[in-house]
Amino acid sequence: MRPFEQIVDQYGQVVLRVCRAVVGPVDAEDAWSETFLSALKAYPGLAEDANVEAWLVTIAHRKAVDITRARARGAVPVEEPPEAASRSGRPEDWDGDLWNALAKLPDKQRATVVYHYLVGLPYQEVAAIVGGSTDAARRAAADGVKALRATYREGAPV
Amino acid sequence: MTDLFDTLPVVDATADARLRDRLAAAAERDGLLDVAYRTIDSPIGGLLLAATSEGLLRVAFEREDQDAVLAALATAVSPRILAAPARLDPVARQLDEYFTRRRRTFDVPLDLRLTKGFRRAVLAHLAVIPYGRTESYAEVAAAAGSPRAVRAVGTACATNPLPLVVPCHRVVRSDGTSGNYRGGEEAKRDLLALEAS
Repeated sequence: MRPFEQIVDQYGQVVLRVCRAVVGPVDAEDAWSETFLSALKAYPGLAEDANVEAWLVTIAHRKAVDITRARARGAVPVEEPPEAASRSGRPEDWDGDLWNALAKLPDKQRATVVYHYLVGLPYQEVAAIVGGSTDAARRAAADGVKALRATYREGAPV
Repeated sequence: MTDLFDTLPVVDATADARLRDRLAAAAERDGLLDVAYRTIDSPIGGLLLAATSEGLLRVAFEREDQDAVLAALATAVSPRILAAPARLDPVARQLDEYFTRRRRTFDVPLDLRLTKGFRRAVLAHLAVIPYGRTESYAEVAAAAGSPRAVRAVGTACATNPLPLVVPCHRVVRSDGTSGNYRGGEEAKRDLLALEAS
């Protein structure tokens, strides 16, 4: 079994992109930390032939669900984020326009878009992570991308 | 559609460093950091230091392949291995003092689980060879209770998981030449010269 440090080397950055895209810049680093701590704990029991990337995304998804629920309980509205650039207080984080658009999507659409288009997981695996059928995952991703096209790139100087 | 995520950095080195520090600290706090390691520079080349919660587990030389060393630790001890310098701070400081002639003995807890049986008995004897002195392989064999096991002493030294700290470099050939060393014969001569000066 490979040393866990090599797992962080290989997948740390893609999981950070996933966390940023799914829970947004404010909670992304908490989600990343909880994901890798849980992964470290479970790692010795992971099957040798497991798809490590899909396994990590599965854990990150659960953390994102927890964070989204906690945020809902805290009644902090995410539908209308304030001016994005300074949300995290860290200028190096990333352009917040993308998150503003992603935040408007229903959770399942956002998750399926990220896992399929950002990570590159096939819809079958995306469905296994978010629940529901493969077709439902494909539809959610298609709807999500359509909605993103309508908001994110609209008027953006591309 | 993959260009959708173009504004999300593929590599964010600042966040990466911050998150790795945080992971190492959380893993240590939760008792999940089975093996912590770091690398340091030294006059005889880069050194890899690894420790469990019980003590120093492994000192490896630059000429040993780092990936191979860590892979062996993953198999022999646990794959829960992270680069986490804090646990190695005391031994790193003491090694620096040793190489700058401000220290003659090491005072850190050792985890000897990587060595067993006769080899372990040999290492226990090595620990009492004083700084600046040497013994022959035959003398060590006699001291470890098996005078005829000279070759086995050589193997014990060659497989010492804790070179420098357990001073196998102080075991030399009967003819006075330095003999083999896990860190290379040149490193061994350098260490003996350091301690002789």
